[in-house]
Amino acid sequence: MTSAPAIHLRHISKVFGGVKALQDVDFDVGMGEVHCLAGENGCGKSTLIKIITGVYQPEPGAEIEIFGQRYAQITPTVARKAGIAVIWQDLALFAEMTVAENIAFEAVLGNRPRRVRHAEMRRDATAALDRLGVHLDLDARLGTLPIAERQMVAIARALVGEARLIFMDEPTASLTQTETDALLSVVRTLSAQGVTVVFVSHRLAEVLEIANRVTVLRDGRLVGVYLAEGMTQTRLTELMTGKTFDQHVAAQDTAASEPVLEVQGLTRKGEFRDISFALRRGEVLGLTGLIGAGRTELAHVLFGMTRPDAGTVTLDGRPVRFRSNRDAVAAGIAYVSEDRLALGLIQPQSISDNAVLAVLKKITGGAGLLSDDRQEGLVAHWVRELGVKIGKPGDAMNTLSGGNQQKLVLAKWLATQPKVLILDCPTVGVDVGARAGIFRIVRDLAAQGLGILLISDEVTEVHFNADRILHMAGGRIVGEYDPRQTRVEELEAAVYA
Amino acid sequence: MRNFLRSYPSEAKLLVVLLILCTLLAFLTPDFLTLVNLTSLLNNNSVNVIWAVGLLVVLIAGGIDISFAVAASVVQYICVYVFAAIGGGNWAIGLIVAGGLGMSLGLINAFLIHQFRIISIVVTISTFNAFFGLLMFITSGRFLYNLPSWWSKAVYLWEKETPQGWADIRLPVAVMAVCMVATWFLIRHTTTGRQLYAFGDNPEGARRAGISIGLMQAIAFGWCGMMAGIAGLMQANITKEVVPMALIGRELDVLAAVVLGGARLGGGRGSILGCFLGVALVAVTQNGLNLLGVSPYAFKMVVGAIILLAISTSNLDLARLVTPRRKGRE
Ligand SMILES: Nc1ncnc2c1ncn2[C@@H]1O[C@H](COP(=O)(O)OP(=O)(O)OP(=O)(O)O)[C@@H](O)[C@H]1O
Ligand SMILES: [Mg+2]
Repeated sequence: MTSAPAIHLRHISKVFGGVKALQDVDFDVGMGEVHCLAGENGCGKSTLIKIITGVYQPEPGAEIEIFGQRYAQITPTVARKAGIAVIWQDLALFAEMTVAENIAFEAVLGNRPRRVRHAEMRRDATAALDRLGVHLDLDARLGTLPIAERQMVAIARALVGEARLIFMDEPTASLTQTETDALLSVVRTLSAQGVTVVFVSHRLAEVLEIANRVTVLRDGRLVGVYLAEGMTQTRLTELMTGKTFDQHVAAQDTAASEPVLEVQGLTRKGEFRDISFALRRGEVLGLTGLIGAGRTELAHVLFGMTRPDAGTVTLDGRPVRFRSNRDAVAAGIAYVSEDRLALGLIQPQSISDNAVLAVLKKITGGAGLLSDDRQEGLVAHWVRELGVKIGKPGDAMNTLSGGNQQKLVLAKWLATQPKVLILDCPTVGVDVGARAGIFRIVRDLAAQGLGILLISDEVTEVHFNADRILHMAGGRIVGEYDPRQTRVEELEAAVYA
Repeated sequence: MRNFLRSYPSEAKLLVVLLILCTLLAFLTPDFLTLVNLTSLLNNNSVNVIWAVGLLVVLIAGGIDISFAVAASVVQYICVYVFAAIGGGNWAIGLIVAGGLGMSLGLINAFLIHQFRIISIVVTISTFNAFFGLLMFITSGRFLYNLPSWWSKAVYLWEKETPQGWADIRLPVAVMAVCMVATWFLIRHTTTGRQLYAFGDNPEGARRAGISIGLMQAIAFGWCGMMAGIAGLMQANITKEVVPMALIGRELDVLAAVVLGGARLGGGRGSILGCFLGVALVAVTQNGLNLLGVSPYAFKMVVGAIILLAISTSNLDLARLVTPRRKGRE
């Protein structure tokens, strides 16, 4: 770390309508440093990044210096020329273009219009993917890739070209442990080569592992800047939220209650084989495993989105066969998808409309007309329960911070009051405080007799919050664990082996 | 083959449908598969294809243009006066003037869209009305026949005597080919073209990458306007007269053909091949119905049905049929 700072910001404020996203924030990052930005959902992390990269202009009075140069106004082009690359939280990829074009997008952005050099583009894309140790079909249309692979594409894009400063806004949100490890080692290499990295993540273990220093924001204000060395997760959480949380195994013995969902010999060719388990009333059943283990595919079958090739599903003792997810919803199954930003939300609609979409029936009055009062009541309830940071319920969904959008999709499904709730990675991109909130609600729902299938690749999350854990690998269930009798390290060893 | 199907699913499907249709027609009517019929189809639809490739660029960039056919009429009228003023002119001057005028009209659309942040459909419906109203007001709906002779005379590039009569290929077909190649080069092989795709696909993502939105609108609508102007020039060459309401309504036929060809309303997708096939399918259908003696009033209905069918089967994945199913996720 040399003395000349890579980023030197003073008095950064940003107001959106009535929301003060940032208030008089100072931010310094040293050259070659790995600097983390931490804070709860909606505290202004993404906004700060967007100001430095010229996507938003700060309120007057701001001072911006990058690599020692003062800027009166930054535009995305200026930022790019200054050697800044960004992995956006919402990826900002192009679904209709190929993987190669997305990764080597820099090549498309020549200063003057010129011929596209396809061969060069493929070479750059391959080189970037190699650095991450992943192999993707360069000609595949991006829109056909699963979310984790898209995330890899977004990361690879930032590695093309000679970026001197890379912002990574929750790059690991939809990655599994192995992929995360690969990314973290790339970050270390970059840092060793003198590239400065600003890293945002809600996975605090990761933050403390990779960072030199951490800047903590709370409600748009600077809390402080801390050395990562000597910092603990508990202390960091406290700084971010102003509260303390303790984690302990929440598992309870539910062996006595009767099963609500039973699966027998379920198979879908090429995805998973011979899956059998029972989910009991009031139970939180964890389902963990690496990506490609078939967890999400299994969830899709249970939710009626795809059909099994063999096996039976029994709900409340009656065999069921869903033709579509509408059947599944009607039968009392709710599914919070892994790719929920793409599938679960209708972005430009208002927050309040989005939250009630799945429960329109419940808020319609006698004549079948929507009741505003009931809608408002319901929205207010969930906003409070989950601690969602919103301006007003009528604002468009896409003005919310990434994590707050996640919480609302969750709210949407929780409001349907199903019999079985399938949560596919429910805490991706959600801050510590809200995670605790979500799991409190999950516990409450279980106590009311719901069966909950909790899919997650964060082993600790499953360990602390599930009553029983199934381990899936290669399309099969390969192990069952009781969190009260298994240490988290054993479980991690089994899953990440 | 498999790659083609995967990259161009709707084009491949359209090609199959077109081939089946042509085979059917070849059996049903002896007049269909003749050189005379096919070349006249080509001559008569070249103008539609020129419009289509122009509109394609706008659709790729996530916009829509309703005004281009009327813009072509406006260009025709102005051209008549310009050519008279400069004492005749020739094809080179004609193409430059018509293309330039068309581009200016397109830029008006782009300016309104960008400056006032109004969505393109609203802007182009307004300019459609404004252009047409102005045209009728100034010309009082007069027809013009006094075109310079170079303009109204058919230029034969190739001809051949066949048992059914003379088959020929005329200038508009060559101009169409040039427009197709130029547009293809723009959208597939220049950085600007790829930026247009990116902008149409994810405008916010494009903006964050530093792509200038105003410039994208200007290029898309300017190009569409230029093609419209050239198409107008060629249309008058075919009909040998300039009539103010001759082209009105054509915009929807062209739009339908382009969408049929796989371009997406909403941006980011579409190809030149698709445009050509889309126009071809509509043209061959009409031609076939005509040869089979079906009432012309049924044409529109049948074309409408084809478009509905094409769009509702757009989820059918041909690539699946030739690719072994992907095994799980890697
Ligand atoms: N374009 C916008 N219009 C209105 N409000 C906005 C806009 N962008 C952000 N906000 C608001 O600004 C605040 C900060 O948002 P930001 O996205 O920076 O949060 P964040 O720290 O990145 O959170 P997360 O961890 O959830 O991603 C939020 O309250 C959000 O609702
Ligand atoms: Mg964010």
